[in-house]
Amino acid sequence: MDIPLRLPQAEERPRPRFNLLAPGLATLARILSGASAKWIDCQPDTCQRVYFANHTSHVDALVIWALLPREVRLITRAVAAKDYWTKGPLRRAVARSFNTLLIDRTKIKVHRSPVDQMIREIGQTYSLIVFPEGTRNSSGEIQPFKSGLYYLAKKRPDLELIPVYMENFNRVLPRGEFLPVPFLSCAKFGPPLWFERKERKEDFSRRAREALIKLKGM
Amino acid sequence: MDLAPFLAGSGPFLADLEATSGGVRKLNTPTIILLSVVLGSLAIAFAVGHILRRQPDSSVNPAVLASFHRRVRAWWLMSATLLAAFIIPGKWATTTLFGLLGFWALREFITLTPTRLGDHRALFWVFFLITPLQFVLVGLGSQFYFFYSIMIPVFALPFIPARIALAGDHKRFLERTAKIQAAVLVCVYSLSFVPALLYLDDWIDWKGSTAGLLFYFVVIAQLSEVFQMVWDHLIGQRVAAEDISASKTWEGLGGNLACSAIAGAALFWVTPFDFWQSALMAVVIALMGFGGSLTMSAIKRDRGVTDYGTLVEGHPGVLDRMDTICFAAPVFYQLTRILFTEI
Repeated sequence: MDIPLRLPQAEERPRPRFNLLAPGLATLARILSGASAKWIDCQPDTCQRVYFANHTSHVDALVIWALLPREVRLITRAVAAKDYWTKGPLRRAVARSFNTLLIDRTKIKVHRSPVDQMIREIGQTYSLIVFPEGTRNSSGEIQPFKSGLYYLAKKRPDLELIPVYMENFNRVLPRGEFLPVPFLSCAKFGPPLWFERKERKEDFSRRAREALIKLKGM
Repeated sequence: MDLAPFLAGSGPFLADLEATSGGVRKLNTPTIILLSVVLGSLAIAFAVGHILRRQPDSSVNPAVLASFHRRVRAWWLMSATLLAAFIIPGKWATTTLFGLLGFWALREFITLTPTRLGDHRALFWVFFLITPLQFVLVGLGSQFYFFYSIMIPVFALPFIPARIALAGDHKRFLERTAKIQAAVLVCVYSLSFVPALLYLDDWIDWKGSTAGLLFYFVVIAQLSEVFQMVWDHLIGQRVAAEDISASKTWEGLGGNLACSAIAGAALFWVTPFDFWQSALMAVVIALMGFGGSLTMSAIKRDRGVTDYGTLVEGHPGVLDRMDTICFAAPVFYQLTRILFTEI
């Protein structure tokens, strides 16, 4: 499969040169979770996308990133909480090596909102991995989405929104556990959605959530 | 393949292949002949399947051809991996191979059954303590037979419900416990008796290679699957268990047992058995394999899955290939041990 390589310019790419931590951690997570990717009505591509997934375990973002083909991985950044990922040198190193986009959850300013920060940082090249539920969810239900995805899609309607259903990951490392059980898990990438003009927030969120729920059964 | 160096006598390379019991080479002549014949036939079958698939207007049903080709490819992979494991000096390579297979089969089995949070810790111990321990004990040799044959039934099986009870969740308790126990019995305990074959010694009257015996077992088990399929297709009338598997029939089983007996008799020279004993052993393998296949189909039906391979995209479905082997291994091991070794 020929995926066009679209690398960002050097100044857009702050990651360290020799990066062993990210691929190493990603491989470990993939092996431990026995994860595989299933692309349903969708192909991997390096166009700008927002992968939105249900949040079920600690390793979600890591595994989605690891399952993407190499050309896509280079330009995909996970969105993570700044207050969590800057505590301590190890977390900072991990966040830096994965090139995560750190959002300040504690100080939300209207004129410098997280969505604006995301749009500024992705430029014309990067893709994002977001978790619109907002928090990890140990029950089977997908919780109602927070509004970040809506505003992101509204300001950049050209972005492809790819639903990603994470299956069984919550069984590998559930909330409150630190010992993993190696279930076979699967990340299902579904067909893209786009923001429709003049769509209300509730309708958009419902449409996106239903797309994710539909993937569960496939 | 040039057999002259193997037939001539042990050189420095072959000295590494000496089994520790009785100084019998792991890859002795009968074993090599069996391996070459099987690998050769598989190579031919693979080439034939490959060529036939390229012909768009051949008379063979393409679905059957695709399934045949897939099966041949899986067998080729199995035989080649076993050969590689046999060539590595010492027996730990084969034991490790089956350990990894057991781990993967357990993964597929457990993924299929619904588990609750209360099972989590017990499952961790099953995967990362009980499974490796069983295969390590098998790898330590026949002096440890006592340990690896009782470790799981006596220690692991009671531990699992106790640990789950400690987690405090009583919903569907017995069901969850039973599922995990069944998984451990099928994927770990039963499968561990395949590499255990390698360590059998103290034979009453045999100087052959246990690697050949292991390969014989795998070959007969896989052949019995094919015979069952073929005879079901040819003369199948009364379905054995309609609800579970629409294709397995009693007539098919009859044909399967007859053909397995013939195959067993034809391969007796690589085993410690006479040709009629080998025929009977093959019948036992085929019978247990039939039971095993039906059981795994029943489990799949219960969970609404067609094949373990489709459980997760891209994974090969180890359990689909191993179900006959898993069920037949303990019986074959014990019969061989009781009847043909001095115990």
